[in-house]
Amino acid sequence: MLNQWLYIGIFFIIAMFLPAVAIFLARILSPKKPTKIKNSVYECGMETYKPTWIQFKIQYYLYGLIFLIFDVEIVFLFPFAVAYGKLALFAVVEAIIFILILLGGYLYVWRKDALTWQ
Amino acid sequence: MKILEFLSDPIIGIENWIVQLLENWGVATEWQTFIVYLIGAAILGTGALLITLILIWAERKIIGRLQDRLGPNRIGPWGIFQPVADMLKIFTKEHIIPDGVDPIPYHLAPIISVASVLLLWAVVPFSDSVRGSNLNVALLFILGVGGLGELGVILAGWGSNNKYSMLAAFRASAQMISYEIPMAIVLLATVILSGSMSLGDIVKSQNIAYIFFLPLGAFIFFVASIAENGRAPFDLAEAESELVAGFNMEYSGLKFGMFYVADFLRAFTSAVIFSSIFLGGWRGPGAEQIPILGFVYLLIKSVIVWFLGVWIRGSMPRYRVDQMMAITWKFLTPLALALFIVVAFVTKLIENTNQWLQVLILLVINVALFVAGFAIVKKFRKEKERIVVSTKKRVLAQPTNPFSQSETGG
Repeated sequence: MLNQWLYIGIFFIIAMFLPAVAIFLARILSPKKPTKIKNSVYECGMETYKPTWIQFKIQYYLYGLIFLIFDVEIVFLFPFAVAYGKLALFAVVEAIIFILILLGGYLYVWRKDALTWQ
Repeated sequence: MKILEFLSDPIIGIENWIVQLLENWGVATEWQTFIVYLIGAAILGTGALLITLILIWAERKIIGRLQDRLGPNRIGPWGIFQPVADMLKIFTKEHIIPDGVDPIPYHLAPIISVASVLLLWAVVPFSDSVRGSNLNVALLFILGVGGLGELGVILAGWGSNNKYSMLAAFRASAQMISYEIPMAIVLLATVILSGSMSLGDIVKSQNIAYIFFLPLGAFIFFVASIAENGRAPFDLAEAESELVAGFNMEYSGLKFGMFYVADFLRAFTSAVIFSSIFLGGWRGPGAEQIPILGFVYLLIKSVIVWFLGVWIRGSMPRYRVDQMMAITWKFLTPLALALFIVVAFVTKLIENTNQWLQVLILLVINVALFVAGFAIVKKFRKEKERIVVSTKKRVLAQPTNPFSQSETGG
């Protein structure tokens, strides 16, 4: 098993290494003639107004929270799904009740219109 | 005879040859594994990147045909060297680094974007024996690496010192995380059927491809993977014909090229994963005996799935952002949850019956859920008030030109 993770580790390093080397090579090959206007931020053609890192829409935060809840639920359910063959019907019903509880929260979120893009 | 044996499974043959060679040089066993893994990973990674060249050409050509254009046709026969020329050109383009970027996120983002796609290839089984890694949590790995792609997008937006980039990045990552949920729930259903999270075992357990067990699941997974790749009709984050570019606006030269490569490669990679999970991957007649056939089967299946994605890209209009969010949160997610609950319950009840009977029952359930889902959506959908254009005959502006001869103002 450790070998499999070793492969993933090697692959991770190579997967980062290949694009990094390509970008580095291109950096050497490409011309470098920076000017003040060329280096200014593109945005919409106008000069940038005020700092970039502005306050963003609260909706993204809500989506992030709901995503987190669902993701944690899914992580809990993966072991259940793997052990499914050894479980009795009762355990399956328990897992379904677990999902139904979460579904209650989901319906609450839905009713509160958090899922509607505004 | 020996040549035939080699030809039937060249990868393992070469691997054995390298191991033999290293053993003759007196390399320790651990280092042998390490070196073989290193060579394998390097070849797989480079190969995946080189496939992109063909993919870009093929996709542009197919989209061209679909939209009644010619597509690339100048460089080489049928324009086949177009991506090579593009690559050479983009290699020698100046890297403009705008003022005031946050350097670490800005430079890391394109690398992470490509790495997140390449990493998916590490767990794909190409045949019974040939695979990168037989990870026992491959599905979790796929979901996690998908999250890495979102990280690349958000880093690019954050680092660019550009408000539009940042907002586009938030929007793109909101889309990506939203579509990850139905995808993950469908994956749970396939784990129930196979009893393992390893991609190799999932492929091996598909005596009947899972698309017959879970056609609805395959549909949800397919739609979600298109949306997660940010391709049309879900390409709002970088709508080419409406916005400048989205989160990669401030990138130039090969850094932009990396996002481009990641985009095209991700489409094909998700097709490969789709065909491994739902279409039986390398399995096919004779694939156990002759492993090289497994490659061919996997390639054919992936190309078909990938072509479907390109077809959709070429022929569907773009969704609005509220529609796109509603599709995942109000349609796909409840549907996937219902599918998971029903599959978990029913599979337990019919556990000891004939496999064909199981397929039949699950198929009927899937179709019923699909029809029910659409019926419910149709019933509860609130029609937006449409602006009614008056059909009354409008009074035409009368021409005041004294030289005009016609009475109707022609």
